[in-house]
Amino acid sequence: MCGIVGLFLKDKSLEPQLGNMLTDMLITMTDRGPDSAGIAIYGDETAGNTKLTVQSDTPESDFAKLDSELQKKIAGKVAMRVKDTHAVLDIQADQVAAARAALAEIRPDVRVMSYGETLEIYKEVGLPKKVAERFDVRKMSGSHGIGHTRMATESAVTTMGAHPFNTGADQCLVHNGSLSNHNSLRRKLRRLGVHIETENDTEVGAAYLTWKMQTGSTLGEALQSSLDDLDGFFTFLVGTKDGFGVVRDPIACKPAVMAETDQYVAFGSEYRALVNLPGIEDARVWEPEPATVYFWSHNAAPTAQEKAA
Amino acid sequence: MQTFDLEAQGLRALNSTLHAQAENTNQTQWEIINPKGSHAIAVGLDAPIEVNVKGSTGYYCAGMNKQATVHVHGSAGPGTAENMMSGTVIVEGDASQYAGATGHGGTLIIKGNASSRCGISMKGIDIIVHGNIGHMSAFMAQSGNIVVCGDAGDALGDSCYEARFFVRGSVKSLGADCIEKEMRPEHIAILEELLERGGCDAKASEFKRYGSARNLYNFDVDNAAAY
Repeated sequence: MCGIVGLFLKDKSLEPQLGNMLTDMLITMTDRGPDSAGIAIYGDETAGNTKLTVQSDTPESDFAKLDSELQKKIAGKVAMRVKDTHAVLDIQADQVAAARAALAEIRPDVRVMSYGETLEIYKEVGLPKKVAERFDVRKMSGSHGIGHTRMATESAVTTMGAHPFNTGADQCLVHNGSLSNHNSLRRKLRRLGVHIETENDTEVGAAYLTWKMQTGSTLGEALQSSLDDLDGFFTFLVGTKDGFGVVRDPIACKPAVMAETDQYVAFGSEYRALVNLPGIEDARVWEPEPATVYFWSHNAAPTAQEKAA
Repeated sequence: MQTFDLEAQGLRALNSTLHAQAENTNQTQWEIINPKGSHAIAVGLDAPIEVNVKGSTGYYCAGMNKQATVHVHGSAGPGTAENMMSGTVIVEGDASQYAGATGHGGTLIIKGNASSRCGISMKGIDIIVHGNIGHMSAFMAQSGNIVVCGDAGDALGDSCYEARFFVRGSVKSLGADCIEKEMRPEHIAILEELLERGGCDAKASEFKRYGSARNLYNFDVDNAAAY
């Protein structure tokens, strides 16, 4: 059991409240999984820059002078915002690979949570309320976001086992369920050169989607093929720069409820998570169908990658 | 009428108050406000009372119901009216997965759609759905009736026993050992009564009947190699 929430805002005036609304939704889902919690927020972007969100168990020493040391190493501009155990490094978009390599060298214990133009991922072990407080999620604004509260079944309760998982630039995945073929799929993906860090089943799901998209699939196609290649139970919520998508396995025993109004599209593992959203009384509320890919995008003319979804 | 504010007074207080109602209680009308998708609302009732829930409910609403009428003025979460023994449960909106599962008796009326596994392992309950039902509905259904005014999803009635399924619309696929059966006058009579009870605007003649082919009842020696 895990709890998932997601909020995609159509009404720009709600954007300053995104973090606050998502936090309330996630806290409501606490009893579906109190092990760890995480949140992915799609916020502001600076043209030509990429955000690298990193985590450390010893932030005082690891983040001390990290920006200036990294700047020296990659010979480019680096701006840093520290939030508890996480830091967001603002770097030039063409220096992502160089920055990751430099990080591994100068701060080997620092882990990359996400990268992208607008995406920031914050996740830690603990209750949603505590995790949201540590990172001041309530104050965050953005166009859309995803949250997850975890009850671990397949692997250890650690920061790296918490969701959301970053699957590519500005892409993330959260999962409710358990994959049963993750060991064989992990071996297969590793043989193909895909980097998978933990023994977590969802990380394999995320790596699978990343690999599919790197080898030519659109997000929609990758989600569609996950229905054939992943064995087990899943309700996935995936975030991209412009929107989010939902897919459930054909058995669909992991719950999912959606609500749509003129102001937003919301996702919750249960209706409880949605009850305090504005205008929920008059929202269209429904359960997403099994084995069906859904997608919402801010982009009026979706890219080919999204259109397929 | 008694009004109970679930948000202010809490679930435990609600259910213990409803459980305290005896057979001959004078307080037969109850209204629950602010349900907000909470779990286990009005479970285990055993008195001839009427409970109106003003909003949507979460998991297991009206589970194990006996005698009472529970009316949800909204949509209902997973496991609604699970293992009902008698009485009536009405959902104005949609019901999530496994509504009416293992029900022994009583009537479950869903005015919207029911999700997957509706009536799974039902043992005598009557389930009347105005809309559609999802996949794997009536899996291992043993007795009772399901009426579907809309369509049925994949694998209807897989491995069922003596339950009857009346579907007006399409059936995406039938489960193992479930077949379409002849609609005889006695079935029309049963269905007419169910449609009346469920308040459905539909004619019995528009429905098809499905049920067990009874091929899985006995061991077939030709299948020995499969074990």
